[in-house]
Amino acid sequence: MTVQLTHFSAAFVFALFASIVFGITHRETTREMVRYGLYCFALFLGGLLAAGWAMWLVRR
Amino acid sequence: MANQTTAKAKAAEPAQPANTMSVIAPALGWLIPGAGHMIQKRWIRGALLFVSIGTLFILGLMMQGHIYKANGGDILDMLGFIGDLGAGGMYIVTLAMNWGQGAIAFAIADYGTKFMIVAGLLNFIAVADAYHIAIGKKQ
Repeated sequence: MTVQLTHFSAAFVFALFASIVFGITHRETTREMVRYGLYCFALFLGGLLAAGWAMWLVRR
Repeated sequence: MANQTTAKAKAAEPAQPANTMSVIAPALGWLIPGAGHMIQKRWIRGALLFVSIGTLFILGLMMQGHIYKANGGDILDMLGFIGDLGAGGMYIVTLAMNWGQGAIAFAIADYGTKFMIVAGLLNFIAVADAYHIAIGKKQ
């Protein structure tokens, strides 16, 4: 069985699961874990979108 | 000044003497992602780690990613092997079943390879976290 993800969905899934692990392992309390996980997820996706738009600009 | 000295002394002293759990939890956590947390009754954290690391690894396999074996050749292959090795039991099963042996023919398969390496690396972090819980350095 194979899976064909788009580039964006692959990056989204990666960001989601990596953020969960970062949140759990890098902070002490549950509240801090959730906040840090969300922060990492936002940075992953923000970086992804920024890099995408930068490449679009370079291509033009 | 006094506060600094107290903080330094606190940081220098070990959290707890090494116990059986400080050996079992990391070992189990390496073999099964999240199990190192679950054995210490951190059920939700363990389950989340299991689902996150497990899903990344299995998705990587399903995307036809390549799994690295022990080798003494290219440095990137060796680093890939170290990353894959972190997945513990999933890596052993994958090798035993001879999965993940295809050539990387398209971009998504390359992503799959990276998914599996990152799953292993994330499991290394989870193992270190389980150890810190076991020695009382973290709640």
